[in-house]
Amino acid sequence: MLPVAAVLALAVVPLGDRAPVDLDVGVVWFNAMEVVAWFVVWVAGWGPNAATSVAGGYRVLPLGLAYEIPHMLAIITPAIAAGSLSPGAIAAAQHDLWYAVWMPAAFLLYLLSVAAMAFWGPFAAPLGRDLAGGAAAEHAGLDRLLLLAGRWMLLTAAAAMAVPLFLGGGAPPPITGPDPLPGLPALWFAVKLVVVLGLLLVLRRAVPMLRMARFATLAWVVLVPLAVAQALVVTLVVLA
Amino acid sequence: MTELVLRIALTAPAALVATGLYGALSQQSVVMIMMGLELVVNGLILGAGAFWWAGGAPVVASVLIVVLVTVMAVEMAMGFAVALAIYRARQVDLTDDAEELAG
Amino acid sequence: MIALVSALGAVAVVTGLLVFTADSMARATFLLLGSFVAVAVVLIGFGLGYLGTVVILMMTIEMMIMVVFMVMLMMNPAGLMPMTMVHNRRGSWAIALVVFGLLTAGVWLVPFPVRAGAATGGVTSGPAAGPDATVALGDALMGGQMLTMMTLGLALLATIVGTVAVAVSRREGRAERRGIS
Repeated sequence: MLPVAAVLALAVVPLGDRAPVDLDVGVVWFNAMEVVAWFVVWVAGWGPNAATSVAGGYRVLPLGLAYEIPHMLAIITPAIAAGSLSPGAIAAAQHDLWYAVWMPAAFLLYLLSVAAMAFWGPFAAPLGRDLAGGAAAEHAGLDRLLLLAGRWMLLTAAAAMAVPLFLGGGAPPPITGPDPLPGLPALWFAVKLVVVLGLLLVLRRAVPMLRMARFATLAWVVLVPLAVAQALVVTLVVLA
Repeated sequence: MTELVLRIALTAPAALVATGLYGALSQQSVVMIMMGLELVVNGLILGAGAFWWAGGAPVVASVLIVVLVTVMAVEMAMGFAVALAIYRARQVDLTDDAEELAG
Repeated sequence: MIALVSALGAVAVVTGLLVFTADSMARATFLLLGSFVAVAVVLIGFGLGYLGTVVILMMTIEMMIMVVFMVMLMMNPAGLMPMTMVHNRRGSWAIALVVFGLLTAGVWLVPFPVRAGAATGGVTSGPAAGPDATVALGDALMGGQMLTMMTLGLALLATIVGTVAVAVSRREGRAERRGIS
């Protein structure tokens, strides 16, 4: 199930210059597919009928409810600036300036929520070692492979979404002037994806695993107002 | 053709509304009653979508869907808040035990 | 279109019925989610891509929240015992069937005015060539239907305030709540 959700989410991300499935509401679709992952983790924890795994499954919910609101605000901010919900159009709108540059708060929030939606790194509590593996504790063999591979796929898909949303999609960086590698948007896309994944690895190194109650407080007291302020600034700039 | 699709697409909401009504009337648990109400609203969403499709995309129908989705969220939130309050006060979650809400 | 609507409509209804026969709360919740997703896919098929996707998004989150409450409040979350918690089953069935009969009769007997052009146009009625459905919805909500939007906003605000007021226990002090953070 988890790989399916990741593939469905990835389907709307423009790899290079066009998406496998170019939905005009791609951003919302991506968001919906990523919520399916909560469901999958919860069921994976619930299914084995074991105490530690169901506790792991339940940890997804406070995590999800905490990261989801800042995350939604972060992904609609570039959509507001581009005036479109289609990732391809959003990437095309960043011809002159990457959105990561003039909406840094949204970009950082998005990076944080990428780790959170793959329950990975600082947000690995649902599969935490303190629960003997959490939601994945009772799974073995192919089930376990699918669960853990799906988690990595989800992380990669979400990181890939950051490229069209904030880093200009398949276009070369604006500072290089004329495109040194014309006609290879997929290559630029891959380079940017590797950079985003590298940033996430730094995040995992730098931040210890968070307790969900602590993260929920942080999310609602700090991150949500920050995201609202960012969206407000962008909206005012767009309207002006 | 359009008419037939519309009729089929409106029969399903009729069945959904009836099912939800049965659930809301017969279930004892507060959570299950809320599921029944959600089914009713679900049927209404499908009906509004069908009219949107068959009626030449009137924007009012899609506004109605937005309203319905909001109604669902409000119902869930208030329902669970009240259920929680009753449970805190009385340790019950069945409607038959909560006939008297005073106090 | 007929096949899509009939098949997914049937899926929505059957999963809806199964909600009240499943003997586990987890299964009931996810059958309900299945019903919602079927309806959402029909909406997407109708051309309401944005609203359909939003329904999937919202309902998944909502069912996940429901799962929390279900295990918190239900005496029988795992379906270890058969779950029959009904009262007045016969009366409820009767009312439901009467309602279904009335609604269905209405649906099949009322002559619907068919939009000009749709009858000759063949299978695809649906959105006329015009502005994008999402754009039209946004325009309406921020324009002609502003009153609706404001009412919804106020209702949601009232819900937030009311929910917190009702749900927060009186005994639970501020210090206690600070303790977990």
